[in-house]
Amino acid sequence: MKNESTQTPILEKKRYVDFKNVKVNDNIVLSLEEAGKTVDAIKRAEKVNHVIVTILTYIFILALALIVVFPFYWMIITSLKQNDEIHSLTQTFFPNIVMWSNYVHVLQVFDFTTYMFNTIVVAIFSTIGTLLTTVLAAFAFARLRFKGRDSVFAVFLMTMMIPGEMMVISNYITVASFGWVGSNQTLIQAYLAMIVPFWTSVFYIYLLRQNFKQIPNELYLAAKVDGKSDWSFLWKVMVPLAAPTLISITILKFMGTWNSYVWPNLVTSKADYRLISNGLRSSSFVDVDAGVTEYGYQMAATVLVTVPLFLLFVFFRKYIMKGVGRAGIKG
Amino acid sequence: MVAQTEPKNPNELYDEVRPVYEEGYDSSTNTVVRLVSKRASDKAYRTRGIEDLGARNNWKGWLYLAPVLILVAVFLIYPLINTIFIAFTENYQYASGKFDGLTFKNFTYILGLTTKDNGARETYFVKYAIPNTFLIVIVTVPVATLLALLISVALNSIKWFQKVLQTIFFLPYVTNAIAVGMVFSVIFDQTGVINYLFHTDITWIYGANQYTAMIPLCLYIVWSSIPFKILIFLSGLQGIDKQYYQAAQIDSAPKWKVLWKITVPLLSPQILYILITSFIGAWKEYTAVVGLFNGPGTYGKGGDPNMETIVYYIYENLNQNTSAAAAAAVFLFIIILAFTGLQFLASKKRVHY
Repeated sequence: MKNESTQTPILEKKRYVDFKNVKVNDNIVLSLEEAGKTVDAIKRAEKVNHVIVTILTYIFILALALIVVFPFYWMIITSLKQNDEIHSLTQTFFPNIVMWSNYVHVLQVFDFTTYMFNTIVVAIFSTIGTLLTTVLAAFAFARLRFKGRDSVFAVFLMTMMIPGEMMVISNYITVASFGWVGSNQTLIQAYLAMIVPFWTSVFYIYLLRQNFKQIPNELYLAAKVDGKSDWSFLWKVMVPLAAPTLISITILKFMGTWNSYVWPNLVTSKADYRLISNGLRSSSFVDVDAGVTEYGYQMAATVLVTVPLFLLFVFFRKYIMKGVGRAGIKG
Repeated sequence: MVAQTEPKNPNELYDEVRPVYEEGYDSSTNTVVRLVSKRASDKAYRTRGIEDLGARNNWKGWLYLAPVLILVAVFLIYPLINTIFIAFTENYQYASGKFDGLTFKNFTYILGLTTKDNGARETYFVKYAIPNTFLIVIVTVPVATLLALLISVALNSIKWFQKVLQTIFFLPYVTNAIAVGMVFSVIFDQTGVINYLFHTDITWIYGANQYTAMIPLCLYIVWSSIPFKILIFLSGLQGIDKQYYQAAQIDSAPKWKVLWKITVPLLSPQILYILITSFIGAWKEYTAVVGLFNGPGTYGKGGDPNMETIVYYIYENLNQNTSAAAAAAVFLFIIILAFTGLQFLASKKRVHY
């Protein structure tokens, strides 16, 4: 233990000068603020300063954390309130009577299961398609050498700059020309229109390519010596090694589908074919007798839409935060 | 934003430095001179590099790329060109693909400078879409970035509950944009909690005026855009060498000076990335408006779509007025390109890589 303490680098702590043993000739530069103070006084002042800064930091952080959490809290308690209480002059921060019946009512009005089913089907198939195309393309960009590879990759990266709204207009026309959009649209056609245009993502290709590049060359050489083809090397070695990135992509894709609103709204002809966000926004939670929107029902529906995402986050926090965070790391 | 990933220096791949020999003939002494260079040349690296093993499979690379290339061509490249083309056509019919010749009129039409054949004049784009979008951009981007920077610096400096707080600040990222938009509209309801807490009686959402409704909208956008920024800043902060801070501590540098002179410059790549992505995102704001107002406006006086944004305009005119929608999309594209380009230029000197 003693050795450790003596080995701590000088930079870790401030050095203090013992005034009693200082001679006039010693070259010591003191700052003006610290002149005339004893070592203990300076130390104490610094400690107090440190405590104050820490407390202020915590106050700042906790206040903002409260603001961040507040909408969630308000969503949950409003979903359990009676309509009179929601619109009353004195707002309550906890429901007087907990109305679980709001949820029962909402499940009757808001066709949650249909929207949920549609969303999951679209999410699963668009994720599978994306993973397949992404793995193949990332492998080609990371491991194979062919003419024009770098220029194709550069073009791909440039397309990331283009706002998706540029594409929506023409994609709508394209999908319509495939016969997937129209007044006599079937459920399968609606699914195809919502899935196929999202079977590729340049950003995920970029992400996975970076991951593939980190896999040591020796593995590739060893596989070559063993007579393995590129194809089996890709699926037997690279894909398992890149599993964390693939899981991140899967979850982010699911979250994306759960959140998608514009495109499903455009390409579907019937409310039954739409996804969860569309269902939530277009469902009417108006009370038949009063003619006003029942916020209690509305918030119960938003809770139902938010909870699955939260569960996903609780179980896959690491992958989500890594996948999102990697977007910002250079190189 | 993408840095070069190819290692330029072959020493990154190989621990030992292999000398590269080059032979030449010195005519003055009539001897063969052997030039020795300690640095392996790029060429030497390439011939030794692993990628050469795949050089024979020239066609195979394209085979692996084929599915993506087809999808990118059909759903990314073609639409881009086609949208620009539609922007210059007159009365494009999306169902039949017919149009009445080429024109520049679409741009002047959306900007309210010319009228359509039937005499209709477009005012929503100039009156609402452009100012609203511009306001969102200049308010939310700096506020959210600065707030995210302060939160990440604070989060990085604390010891207790760091992980818990980090998770809390990430929560807005894993929510449904429409759902939380609806929650915000309940919070800002006339009989809602905000008016109750601040003892005000302001109409924020339904029936509100353009600039009042901007407040909840911007708050919501800032709230929902902060998690991503914090995540990026935190990963950047963790990469900063502790020695800089220790040196500052020895010099008794004040905290704000440490933040401004050490943290911000060293974090500049992440700040640039965040600024560019959030500028692009703010120009494209749409779902926040749908979530909060359930439509393009608050339906106050006259029922105008007073909260319309540029993207909202594009989606609204997609079916009936495809040419105008395409023109608005091209307009947005040009703005985003110009902004991104400007930021790159401005940051060239200031960003430390």
